[in-house]
Order: sequence, then structure tokens, then C-alpha cells
Amino acid sequence: MDVIKPNQVDEVVRNNVVLSTVDAAFNWCRSRSLWPLTFGLACCAIEMMATADTRYDLARFGSEVFRPSPRQCDLMIIAGTITKKMQPVVKRLYEQMAEPKYVLAMGSCAISGGPFVDSYNVVLGGDTFLPVDVYVPGCPPRPEALIYGILQLREKVANPKKIEGLRKHG
Amino acid sequence: MLKTQELTLNLGPHHPSTHGVFRCVLNLEGEYIQKAVNHLGYLHRGIEKLAESRTYTQFIPYNGRLDYVAGMLNEWTYVHAVEKLMGITEEIPERAQYIRVILGELQRLASHAIYIASMALDVAGATAWFYGFRDRDEILDLLEMVSGQRLMPNYMRIGGVAADLPEGFIEKCQALIDEFPNRIAEQEGILIGNEIFQARVKNVGPISKEMALDYGLTGPNLRASGVDTDLRRDEPYGIYDRFDFKVPVGEKGDTFDRVLVRIEEMKESVKIVKKALRDIPEGPVMAKVPKVIKPPVGEVYSRIENAKGHLGFHIVSDGSTKPYRLRIYSPCFVNIGIFPEMAKGIHLMDAVVALASLDIVLGEIDR
Repeated sequence: MDVIKPNQVDEVVRNNVVLSTVDAAFNWCRSRSLWPLTFGLACCAIEMMATADTRYDLARFGSEVFRPSPRQCDLMIIAGTITKKMQPVVKRLYEQMAEPKYVLAMGSCAISGGPFVDSYNVVLGGDTFLPVDVYVPGCPPRPEALIYGILQLREKVANPKKIEGLRKHG
Repeated sequence: MLKTQELTLNLGPHHPSTHGVFRCVLNLEGEYIQKAVNHLGYLHRGIEKLAESRTYTQFIPYNGRLDYVAGMLNEWTYVHAVEKLMGITEEIPERAQYIRVILGELQRLASHAIYIASMALDVAGATAWFYGFRDRDEILDLLEMVSGQRLMPNYMRIGGVAADLPEGFIEKCQALIDEFPNRIAEQEGILIGNEIFQARVKNVGPISKEMALDYGLTGPNLRASGVDTDLRRDEPYGIYDRFDFKVPVGEKGDTFDRVLVRIEEMKESVKIVKKALRDIPEGPVMAKVPKVIKPPVGEVYSRIENAKGHLGFHIVSDGSTKPYRLRIYSPCFVNIGIFPEMAKGIHLMDAVVALASLDIVLGEIDR
């Protein structure tokens, strides 16, 4: 067996097959059970609740476990209008969440301010202060749309490389 | 001497049981509330100010975003106010009036269904939550048929409604309404008759008749305290004088009464929709109104019985296409005002139930 010299350790670790496999397994597991934060801001929160009900049944995709504490969540769904008074609270909740964490902007208010874009008290979208992963347009988006958004996020979590490839072109 | 240290606790703005972004600062002694102070404004979107830069027609969709579980009723309030300002209340076609009643009452059913569902969730009864949302989803199907949107219908117009009822709506609505009493009975069996639920809600947060009137409560919350009032019967707007319905009134004004009053109201709404479906005439659905709405100079205040209470619009017109000032009298804002009084001296766990029983929607409180 070859002797690994100290200056080769980094390279060996990088090329270690087992390590990358564990990562992939971890990512796969993470993507299959994204726990969202029970966090409704406005109208979209009602559709978010409807997504978890019997008809749309978010539990089929492993995301029905809405947790009230940010410490136990992976996913923050910004469901509604962010006002200037609420913005520090949203930011703090995001900071309280444990890594890895993802943000989904639901509805036109969370994307860009929506119908309240010219209001004096509305923050123009969640991406002005949070790293948003997935945008779900609509006012409010239908539950199916939210489910599709969560499935897109699942793709992103499971295949980080693929998303990076996409980012190069977009 | 043993003494409990006083603790200040923030309830909200991120708290699942506040039904939105409402914040309440509680002073606790042990687990009993000494003092509660409401903090509002976390969802203040400046809708009243936005109205001044929108034309009268452009403002209709914003009503759905006020009270987002009863959009149709909010739109009705607004268009009714503008119609009153223009003096065309009498010219609304019969069919449009009936469509408004049918959709308004369906929306009231949906709103009360979500009330009972979220109430159940706050006492940790997830089963009733699923049943409530199932009923609501079926009503939203009907609203989607006519308007194309589940939550924000944008269907009422100044002078009538946007379009006639689609084909098959009457039959589908009839089938649901015939089935609905069974749904309510099911909900009563699961939740209202449940011993644990009764133990949690009975004698919690009672509001006396005098206190309710002093604080200016309206709607089901006021009726639960034993005041017999309902705008649909007392100052009938639209065609409500043609319908015969009971106004359910509570006795003690506790949380249990507030739930019961809503359950009874749902039964009455079913009757109203049934009669409206039978009597609905054929004909046009829009009155002859000018393309550009320019109400005469003046002001108007008009209110109707929303699912939460009296919702009123005060509109000042300067004769242009946009309102000079638009003020919204919100029932939820008034109802939340009594919460500190209710919360005084009760257990923290009970305060959550008392808050849920007031049926608040933050979009309407903060506007």
C-alpha cells in the first residue's frame, strides 16, 4: 500500500469515493423530507394550509411536517407580504434556522411586492434580504403550484451539481 | 414567602396560534396572564393609501386581500358602497342580486369552516381541521367555477357581477348544499360533541353583553354574547329582505358559545342559498353603468354583515375616477381590541383558545 504524504491528504480526501457517496446519500435524504416552518405572513398562508389538507396532501412528498420552531426546520416558505415592520422578524427567523436551509418565495408579494408594489410599507420581495431558492408565482399560487415548487427544490437539494451547471447559463 | 417571578412573554408575531402576524406581549405570573398588550401593524400594507391611486374598478381586487378568507363578501361591501355613492343601488339586475347572495353565503360558509378548522387545530384536534378544510375546498371549487380563482375571486363589479354563472354551476351548487347539513352534523359530532373540546372551551374568556357593546364588537362575536343583531335582517341590503332566516344568539358569551353561534349560522346560510337557488331568475347580470366610473362629489358610508362582523367602507369622492379617501371599518380590528380584557387572569393555554375564538384575520386588522 502506498504511503500518503501529508501534503497529499487534501487531494486524497477530495477524490475519496466513499465521502462523495455519503454526501449524495445525505442530499437524497434531505430532499425527501424538507420540513417547512409554520410561518404564514398573509393570504398565501391560507393556501399553504390548504396544501397540507386532505385534497392536496403535501404528505405524499414528505413535507407535511410543519414545525413551529425555526430550529427544527429546513425550509422557510415566505407566504405573504413582507412589510417593513415584519422584515427584521423574517430575517431573524431565517438566521435561527439550522444549516442547511432553503427559502421558497410563495406568491407575487414575496417575489416582488406584488399588488402592493407601490405601497410605502412593503418590502419589495424576499430576495432583497434572503437567498431565495425557488420562486412560486401567483396571487396566491394554487396548492398544486406550491407542491411543484417544493418538488423543484427537492431536485435542487438532491442534485446540487446540476443546479450549478444551470446557473452557469442563466 | 413563596412568590412567582413575573415573566414577560412575546406571543407572536411568529406564532402559529395568532392566525397571522399578530403580536401580544403578556405579563405572566406562573402560567396566568396578568396583563396583555396588543401590538399591531406587522401586515400594514397601506391599502387605504393605495386606494387613492387606483380607480374605483381597479380597487376591487384589493378587497380579496383584506380579509383573505372571505374575499367575495369584502368585494360585495366595496361595490355596494360605490353603488350607493353613484345612486344605482336600485338598478342592479335581479339575477346579479341573487348571484351575490348565493356566492356571499357560500363564502360565509367557507369562512366559518376555516374558523372551526383552525379552532380545532388550536386545541390540538387535527381531525376536525382536515374535515373543515375538506368542506372549504369544495366551496372554493364553486367560487373557482365562477371567477377562476380560489381565494381572490375579483368577481363583483360596480353594477352587478363580472359574468353570468357558468354552465352546470346551479346543479353542482345544489348538490353541495343538499349535502352540507350532513357535513355540519359530522363536524358537530367530531368536534362540538367531543368532551375534551368542551372541557377546553367552556367558560373560557366570557364576554358579557355590556362588555361586548362597550367594546363595539360586531357579528357572531356580539351575537354569542346574547345581543340579537344581524345587519342582514336589521338593515337589509341587496335582496336580503326576501329571505327568512333565524339569527342564532348565544347566552354566556364564552368561547363555546362563539363556536356554536357559527355552527348555527352555517345552517342558516345553507337555507338562504337553497332558497336563492330556487328563486334565481334569468336575465342580465350587469346594470348599465358608464365604462369610466366617476361618482358624483360626496361621501358615503356603507356596511354589510361580513363573516366576521360589520365591514364598512367610507368613501369620499371628489368627482374624479379615483377615491379621494377610502376608509375601511374592519370588524376584526374591533374584535381584537377586547382580547387584553379577555386574557386578564386566565391561563396561557386558555388565552390561545380565546384568541382563536375571536376569528381574527390580520389582513383586515392591519389593512
